[in-house]
Amino acid sequence: MAGASAVFIMDMKGKVIISRNYRGEVPMNITERFQQHVIDAEDAAIKPVFCEDGISFAWIQYNNLYLLAVTQRNSNATLIVAFLYRLAEVLRDYFNELEEESIKDNFVITYELLDEMMDNGYPQTTEVKILREYIKTQSHQLSVEQMRPPTAVTNAVSWRSDGIKHKKNEIFLDVVERLNLLVSANGSVLRSEILGALKMKSYLSGMPELKLGLNDKLLFEATGRPVAKGKSVEMEDIKFHQCVQLARFENDRTISFIPPDGEFELMSYRLNTHVKPLIWVEAVVDPGHSRSRIEYMIKAKSQFKSRSVANNVEIHIPVPSDVDSPSFKTSIGTVRYIPDQDCIVWSIKQFQGQKDFIMTANFGLPSVGADNRDAYMKAPMSVKFEIPYFTVSGVTVRYLKIVEKSGYQALPWVRYITQNGDYQLRMV
Amino acid sequence: MVAMRQKQNDGKFFQTTKRGEIQELKEELHANDKQKQKDAVKKVIANMTVGKDVSALFADVVNCIQTDNVELKKLVYLYVMNYAKAQPELAILAINTFRKDAKDANPLIRSLAVRTMGCIRLDQVTEYLLEPLRRCCQDHDPYVRKTSAICIPKVYDINPELVEDQGFVEILKDLLGDGNPMVVANAVAGLAEISQTCGRDLLDLDKGNIPKLLAALNECNEWGQVFILDALATYDPSGPSDAESISERVTARLSHANPAVVLTAIKVILRCMEHTENPEVLRMLAKKLNPPLVTLLSSEPEVQYVALRNIRLIVQKRPGILASDVKMFFCKYNDPIYVKLEKVDIMCMLVSDKNFDQVLLELKEYASGVDVEFVRKSVRSIGRVAVKLERACERAMNVLLELIETKVNYVVQESCVVVKDIFRKYPSRYEQVLSALCESMEVLDEPEAKASMIWILGEYAGRIDNSDELLESFLDSFHDEPLMVQMQLLTAIVKLFLQKPSSTQDMVSKVLQCATEESTNHDLRDRGYIYWRLLATNPEATKRVVLGDKPSLRDDSQSVDKNLLEKLSSELSLMSSVYHKYAEEFVTRLAVTPSGADEKAQDDDLDEEDRQASRREVQEELERGPDAGRNGSGGLDLLDLGMGDDSPPRTSGAAPAVQKVAVLPPTQAGQHGNTGFAVSAAFVRQRGSPTLMMTFSNSSSGPLGGFAIQVNKNPFGFAPTQQIACPEIMSGSSAEVAVVMTPGQLMSNTPPTNPLLLQVAIKTSLDIFYFHVQFDLSAVLVESGALTRDDFTPIWQRVGEAGQKVAMISMARPMDAEAVKAQLAADNVHYVAQRQVDDGSVLLYTSSQTPNNCTVLSEVAVSPGSSSLKVSIRTETQVLMPLYEAMLSRRFG
Repeated sequence: MAGASAVFIMDMKGKVIISRNYRGEVPMNITERFQQHVIDAEDAAIKPVFCEDGISFAWIQYNNLYLLAVTQRNSNATLIVAFLYRLAEVLRDYFNELEEESIKDNFVITYELLDEMMDNGYPQTTEVKILREYIKTQSHQLSVEQMRPPTAVTNAVSWRSDGIKHKKNEIFLDVVERLNLLVSANGSVLRSEILGALKMKSYLSGMPELKLGLNDKLLFEATGRPVAKGKSVEMEDIKFHQCVQLARFENDRTISFIPPDGEFELMSYRLNTHVKPLIWVEAVVDPGHSRSRIEYMIKAKSQFKSRSVANNVEIHIPVPSDVDSPSFKTSIGTVRYIPDQDCIVWSIKQFQGQKDFIMTANFGLPSVGADNRDAYMKAPMSVKFEIPYFTVSGVTVRYLKIVEKSGYQALPWVRYITQNGDYQLRMV
Repeated sequence: MVAMRQKQNDGKFFQTTKRGEIQELKEELHANDKQKQKDAVKKVIANMTVGKDVSALFADVVNCIQTDNVELKKLVYLYVMNYAKAQPELAILAINTFRKDAKDANPLIRSLAVRTMGCIRLDQVTEYLLEPLRRCCQDHDPYVRKTSAICIPKVYDINPELVEDQGFVEILKDLLGDGNPMVVANAVAGLAEISQTCGRDLLDLDKGNIPKLLAALNECNEWGQVFILDALATYDPSGPSDAESISERVTARLSHANPAVVLTAIKVILRCMEHTENPEVLRMLAKKLNPPLVTLLSSEPEVQYVALRNIRLIVQKRPGILASDVKMFFCKYNDPIYVKLEKVDIMCMLVSDKNFDQVLLELKEYASGVDVEFVRKSVRSIGRVAVKLERACERAMNVLLELIETKVNYVVQESCVVVKDIFRKYPSRYEQVLSALCESMEVLDEPEAKASMIWILGEYAGRIDNSDELLESFLDSFHDEPLMVQMQLLTAIVKLFLQKPSSTQDMVSKVLQCATEESTNHDLRDRGYIYWRLLATNPEATKRVVLGDKPSLRDDSQSVDKNLLEKLSSELSLMSSVYHKYAEEFVTRLAVTPSGADEKAQDDDLDEEDRQASRREVQEELERGPDAGRNGSGGLDLLDLGMGDDSPPRTSGAAPAVQKVAVLPPTQAGQHGNTGFAVSAAFVRQRGSPTLMMTFSNSSSGPLGGFAIQVNKNPFGFAPTQQIACPEIMSGSSAEVAVVMTPGQLMSNTPPTNPLLLQVAIKTSLDIFYFHVQFDLSAVLVESGALTRDDFTPIWQRVGEAGQKVAMISMARPMDAEAVKAQLAADNVHYVAQRQVDDGSVLLYTSSQTPNNCTVLSEVAVSPGSSSLKVSIRTETQVLMPLYEAMLSRRFG
């Protein structure tokens, strides 16, 4: 076991912005090796976890920064990578943006956080809401007498402090589903996967205990209750925020928890069901005879109920890198050519269900063609969209019970939304 | 209004770069204004952050340590932590404050003091830390106790004896029973780390304390859960019911959002599965592992990479798991390349008669992509699928055919290699691809692709009409081709000749001539001669040899050796599981302390008893030597040596523990392309005979036997005195083999190279392997090389100053003349005479001889207290000079 020997935050050139040596085992100029193996290396040779001369490197990239941890023991690699992501999240939460400037402007707090979040290489408290209670930015600086480690740091409820008060007790629950989809050129769905998440914003006083009921198929089966109305959903794998009592869920599939205050993700789930593409795009490319023009005919079709509407639809279509003089014709939305991404984007603000639209695009091509002009065909088309009041899996919230010993009444608000995930349609 | 957080603007502290800055900072640090003082400390830390050395300010910064501002205190602590090593005396100044803070009323300050002291890695500080640490382990605040628990391994790292003597290991064990889950988790982490360092299992998990850990598992934070799960994975359940109850408690963790918790929990469950045989339970557990493993593929790419490397092990270990989820491993367009490459490997592991259609379609899609590296991998994977599944072969061949027709350079080259493998696995099938291959032959420029194409041409010479023309086109540029291609071309033309003897007579004699007369490569020459002689003596027998059935090809390039797999499946999620290597292979920097200590004892603290023992050993060693006449001929004066004041530092110079080096890695293929045999070797003189000491390791899947050795001609003509006597080696084990060499047998009549090399071929039941061993001149020099003064002088004068080379040899530590003599004797550099010079130094005259009677003489000047030797070498065989010098450097360095 054992954790990290040292942690570094570097810029894209590998220059260290800030670092913390936890165990004094590894020379701090070790980042030169990192440059060699990551920054100066060829793409195919880069690995996020690698070993060089007895020292293991694990790193992530976040915006324009590298976060690197090194160790010379047989440490838990997943733990280290997961910690780096958590570190990035905490810093981003503290500084709004995580980038070189924000770290320099806040180097004192960064050091404090590095000291508190990891000790001797072992991750400790990484819950940002709790950290904020005793590591403060300047304007809220406390004197020694006022400052105590929150009991939450070591409590079984390590994510919520005592004595939280809100004037209005409310809780918001968003069910957000992202659809990952890969469709072959002939229209068959190669892979479809739904990644769902229940995101909460909790503004509740005291120590409330919540119970959440979903139309979970296994729950219905377990209780032997017939499904009252609508269908039930079988979620393949569920991951919970640490506030959920896992043992309880394992026993009787009850989701019961004491929520952290503010925003958090309560749970995520995955469904591996076959889904018809919600928005189906077909491209007919006519390269023309003379190879001096290229013409696209794009057909987009919405395959969800006509009551629903997809908002902010963007269809990205790859084009050759050397096209010029674009001209577009469409019955709805707008089309833009984005040269540095070698694609055109067809944007449709509102796309009603059960409709189809056609867009045509025309480009000129230089007579001297680029070497691998056909390479653009390898990149898939992708689609972005958001459909409110709708979950593609059919997951619904049956109840959200809130019990607090003071007995206040709290209002739960529930919303549903389905978005694109990795939503790709191959052109050839 | 929403309270806006005031923007921190500490960036300004980085800006000053004036001269005399240190002095300025010094003044500011002593300012009365608290804010100014704090800003000054910030400036110091900012300087430290950008890598400037501000350790000169140590005393001034420590001066600010007495403060009730937590932020300032933390900064000063951070500074002390960083520079204590540079200013150990001054670091002591801070100790009192640390000790005082460790008693502070505020638990935050108490913890901070203990945590920081633990990070000051100085022995002097550690002493003062013990008492506060002991107190803080009993603190009423759990925050302080959890910090103290993690502090104990820090101190252990600096001074293990102290920690054990002072009973801190026991304290840590007591903390396992603490009421607070975080304290328990940190105690587990601490004990696990100390166990790893000292090599004893201090966690001592048994039915008594497992329930405590399981209880803490439910309550501690996510990282604590990982510490506990990692520890649980080292526990061997007492039986099926124990295993089942643990896995039952751990399965709930599979629903945790943190991937480290999930993967580590999977490890524990897989461990428990080892201890139960109930098929129902096994099936149920395996089913529970599928979904969380797939979900890991939706996490961040770096986590995915670790998960994928682990999934490879899991799938090999428990083939049922993920068997129906191959689609989940299909690559996304925007996956990073390292994820894609791993996914494709797993696709090949999961491919079956049920899903090969989908998999091949997907691989074909990747093979027409744009990323060259990934395209190549995909084409190779199509070949692996075909070799693995006979039923998929037809389909795979069709895909390859389509790919070859694209005429994309690297796709064709890679396909060529793959087709060769398929032909090897399924001979005489799918010949429709031959014409397509022949048509795209001109694009081949990579050695492996060319060699494969040539192999195919030779193998199918009878069925390709113009195979002779095609092969001839390669023959013209024979000498420009890399060895791999030359070898294949030689074999292929011989095959062609055997199938079409009438028209290819000229070609075969040309290629044999190229290989045997014009080439400088031994392997190629040997192979050429073998074919030549075979053809000359018995063409029918040649046919049986060259065109005979070949062993079938198996694809296990991606599978992990069984022993390694066992080890790694209990180390999932750890670094070793990512590298697929034993931890010992890469955890090299943690020097094992005991051996280091031994060495030290030998060098410096040799007490009288040891010295006598070592003298006895030297004496015995010398007496055992084969050359009894040596003493008489004025060689070593044993009596003199025995009575010398200073004993030789190395106890038995003639037979030190032989350091073997890896000469053949297990990944290096033999003549027929098989791998799995590794050799480490050393060629040294033992008991008066040059001996090749080897360790054979078998990492192939079956037993290895039928060992035989051959060495290439060499300057001293070494040849094995007898054949290897080595019993069969089972898969995963190794054996020690020593082969005595006789000089003067296989003379190459070439001058010796520097360094000296012995080229060795080992025949095994698996394949024939070639490697070479570097050796020292000391393996060559004979025991009987001592000259009398009368023989010495004429040669010394004959060579004269003109043929003399002077070398300075540096020694690890100064030695006197007697010690030097003994050292030289260990390498068969024999003492002839000595002379005292006025300045107190001693000149030693030595002689040594090679088996072919080349003599090397030297004058070694030993100056008292100097740690270098001046050596004047005279020999009539000039080529030996650098070798002689190198030998002495190694002996004394």
